[in-house]
Amino acid sequence: MDKPKWPSPGSIYYVAVCVLLYLPIILLAFFSFNDSTTLVFPLKGFTLRWYEQLFDNSELLKAVGNSLMIGFGSSLAATILGSMGAIAIVRFRLPGRGLFLAVSAMPLVIPYVILGVSLLILFHEIGIPLSAFAAGLAHVIISIPYAMLIVASRLVGFPDNLEEAAMDLGASYWGALLRVTIPICAPALLAAFLLCFTMSFDEYAIASFLVGTDTTLPVYLYSQLRFPTRLPMVVALAAILMTITMAVMLFSEWLRRAGQSNARKA
Amino acid sequence: MDKRSRFASLIGPPGIYLLLIFLVPIGVMFIYSFRSGISGVAHDTFTLANYQSFLRNTNFQNLLWRSAIISVTIAGFSTLMAYPLAYYLVFKAGAKRVTLMTLLIVPTWTSYLLRIFSWKLILGSSGALNSLLLSLGWIEKASPILIYSQQAVIATLVYVWVPFVALPIFAALERIDKSLLEAATDLGCPKWEAFLRITLPLSLPGVLAGFFFALIPTLGEFVTPLLVGGVSGSMYGNLIQDQFMRALNWPMGSVMSMAMLLAVLFLIFMLTRFGSLSDLAGF
Repeated sequence: MDKPKWPSPGSIYYVAVCVLLYLPIILLAFFSFNDSTTLVFPLKGFTLRWYEQLFDNSELLKAVGNSLMIGFGSSLAATILGSMGAIAIVRFRLPGRGLFLAVSAMPLVIPYVILGVSLLILFHEIGIPLSAFAAGLAHVIISIPYAMLIVASRLVGFPDNLEEAAMDLGASYWGALLRVTIPICAPALLAAFLLCFTMSFDEYAIASFLVGTDTTLPVYLYSQLRFPTRLPMVVALAAILMTITMAVMLFSEWLRRAGQSNARKA
Repeated sequence: MDKRSRFASLIGPPGIYLLLIFLVPIGVMFIYSFRSGISGVAHDTFTLANYQSFLRNTNFQNLLWRSAIISVTIAGFSTLMAYPLAYYLVFKAGAKRVTLMTLLIVPTWTSYLLRIFSWKLILGSSGALNSLLLSLGWIEKASPILIYSQQAVIATLVYVWVPFVALPIFAALERIDKSLLEAATDLGCPKWEAFLRITLPLSLPGVLAGFFFALIPTLGEFVTPLLVGGVSGSMYGNLIQDQFMRALNWPMGSVMSMAMLLAVLFLIFMLTRFGSLSDLAGF
């Protein structure tokens, strides 16, 4: 019918939005190898200096350590708690389900500043010192809804008669969950864990209220934005972080997709 | 009976966690909003003075109102920009549409702070765009472009939200039975009318979901205004942050947070009037 000789307005618009979304990432990557302390054109020479500086910066390495710790702990907890919630809401239609669903989805829409300050007050009142641990507790809350969504959408693809079959063959309910449901959900569990991890790893707003002196990477980054001389190093760090996050998230997305297409075949 | 105990033991741990680390803190904050201070006698004195001074201070209310307008503007622009994207992907992009949608989401996985920061680097007075224009001889003097203003906050947050808003609209458009559109065309309905009378109404749940998902978190935004807003771009979230981190007037900050929470709950209530949350999210 129509000859696609000229790109359609729709595709031009799509490409324009994509360029805007990717441009800052690509520019940062370029400047991270640029042999100049300022981010100005024209580009000077190629250097790995900024990357080398990163590894000599003990403050930065400590922040990376804190972020890894918070990310790992909070995503592990969120994945476990979220999966329990997901199994409960997908497999059971009992009173309390609606309330649980509403409360567990709330952190998706409550502004982070409210979560941050309310926990700041709570921890102050009961005497939990501000720390990486405190921030981790908060990150579990914002991660639970995402973990639940991912695991629930995987569970929906599998009818519960697999669990019933296992129980008919003599497994206890918990045995069936452990040996049938959990293995089936494994790709979704990993995808949920990775998503929660990257969320926690990037999270600034809540962490800024709760970390105390256990600076996390985003908090450290934010504090460095004020010093122009540290700029190239921050840019190098940004380039590394973005590459890692994108790789991790692509892997997690692939896991989720692979899991779902398997579910359809089964 | 067995089913009940299984359900209870599954829902128990996440339920208790959410209660202790999510609901209880909000309750404690509510109590805090009546305290006179954060330590000593003031801590144990309860008063309505915080609420009175909040209601008397028109600055606070103006800023809350202004932030609400900024948020509505951001959510509105994001939705307007996201709709054609989702529409193009669902109706014109064919089999590649899911991959192309994912391509839009991928950049949002990278650090939010750094993406905003990189725009600051590009648009700032010693930034990449200025230096490029200077070296090309197109401008004579470097000056910051767009940043440090309320407009900058709006532009930045629209930029951040467009992919997220496109997602529910994409899902809603995907669910539309395409034979309805064929039927309309067969019956002689012009394309624009078919869009107005079939596609648009059927995609409204996705549009609303996208709009509210951008609106609600934006209301509490304080990081973006700090980065690109300058003095005039301050939002209500900055006021709250100030009360806790600088002014150390926690009871007042609690009052402000309660006011925002109330606004958010009202918005969520409005949203659920249009349909259940899970329907809107496409599950």
